[in-house]
Amino acid sequence: MGTIDFIIQNYADVLFLTWEHIFMVGISLIIATAIGVPLGIVITKNEKLAKKVINGANVMMTVPSIALFGLMMPVLALIGQGLGKTPAIIALILYSQLPIIRNTYVAIKNVSPSARNAGRGMGMNRWQLLKEVEIPIAIPVIVAGLRTAAVMNIGIAAIAAYVGAGGLGVYIQNGIDRVYPEMILAGALLVSIFAILVDAGMALVERVLTPTGILIQKKVSE
Amino acid sequence: MNAALKKIYGMLVALLLVAVGIGLQKTGTVALFSDPYDYPELIRLLWQHLYLVGVSMAIATVIGLAVGIILTRPKFRAYTGVVMYVVSLGQTIPSLAVLALVMTFLGIGAKSAIFALTIYSTLPIARNTLAGINAVPSSIIDAAKGMGMTTMGILWQVEIPMAMNVILTGFRVALVINVGTTALAYLIGAGGMGDWIFTGINMMMTDKLIAGALPVTLLALLADFLIEVLRVLLVSKGLRMTEE
Repeated sequence: MGTIDFIIQNYADVLFLTWEHIFMVGISLIIATAIGVPLGIVITKNEKLAKKVINGANVMMTVPSIALFGLMMPVLALIGQGLGKTPAIIALILYSQLPIIRNTYVAIKNVSPSARNAGRGMGMNRWQLLKEVEIPIAIPVIVAGLRTAAVMNIGIAAIAAYVGAGGLGVYIQNGIDRVYPEMILAGALLVSIFAILVDAGMALVERVLTPTGILIQKKVSE
Repeated sequence: MNAALKKIYGMLVALLLVAVGIGLQKTGTVALFSDPYDYPELIRLLWQHLYLVGVSMAIATVIGLAVGIILTRPKFRAYTGVVMYVVSLGQTIPSLAVLALVMTFLGIGAKSAIFALTIYSTLPIARNTLAGINAVPSSIIDAAKGMGMTTMGILWQVEIPMAMNVILTGFRVALVINVGTTALAYLIGAGGMGDWIFTGINMMMTDKLIAGALPVTLLALLADFLIEVLRVLLVSKGLRMTEE
């Protein structure tokens, strides 16, 4: 019960740290989407480039997060941003690229040629085809990519507490340093619950954004 | 046009490498790597890191494969949904939180770190084993039955080889995450390369920071490469040919 007491006693602090966590994950997800989705769409036109971009994002993903923070610190320190939220947000944007780009690419590639032809037959131009046909069909998979990225980012943002980015990881960091189990548990539990909630929330978004036509089709095929 | 672009690209890469080289020299990382006192320490930490990764991955592979295989047997198939749900829920929990949670119950040291790493690595392996075996077309299993193969024979000679590619993907995810999470194991007193990274951050010693982060990064990339090698060795020739 100590953990719950701890959270209740420090609720203002908990709210602030949660807000910091949401802020970091949210802003990086928005920027990552703005980069990743267009990039994923562009590379569907160029197989060679697609392979290179996805491989690059894959290598990026392989780099352990704490090592990335470590390697970025000296570089960002040159502009006086070695510690704090800047390295955290940059890292989160970089890590989000693989799930977002890959899902966008795969989803757009998998739009059936017949749907595309139907759109063309209706006199749609390239842009309309993308906006009215390809993106709506691809949206569930794209959102699934965002969901993966968001959940992963929550975990990495927790580690970012060690480079002074704040967020709920601060409780884990301080708790371990002070051998204060209630604090560690509070941090670990809150981060986990946050991740699980976001996962469930994004699953809901996925369902809401799926066009009704596709939902009906799925039901019929089941 | 294209040739000119390639030249510019090559020059940029060369410039970047030179800049990284100057950076490594200026921050004193090169000196650190060749320091008579620090160099043995680096080797010791690297071994510690590899030990944590090796032990936890070995246990996780055995448990993950076993869980995946058992859950695809007809008797236990009913529980597949529940177990998959728990596994994906477990994967949602951040790695640092898993380490912290385990530490509050088991205390500090290598044992708790190995325990946390093992649980965390088991999830992707079990999940992919299950998904891989379930994805084997029933027609192939029927064909094997028609040839008079026993259940065990079907498992070892048909289902596992067919699922190997997916299993290896799960293994790759587990291994890469494991190498990265082991860097955090320092926080719960298990040592490893995280020692230098966190010391570097806390004391603003750039040389130590880079000397810790660089080997971990290379280790993760090496692990990724290792899986590609395993793929060539373990996935049957026929399957690789149909893929291409």
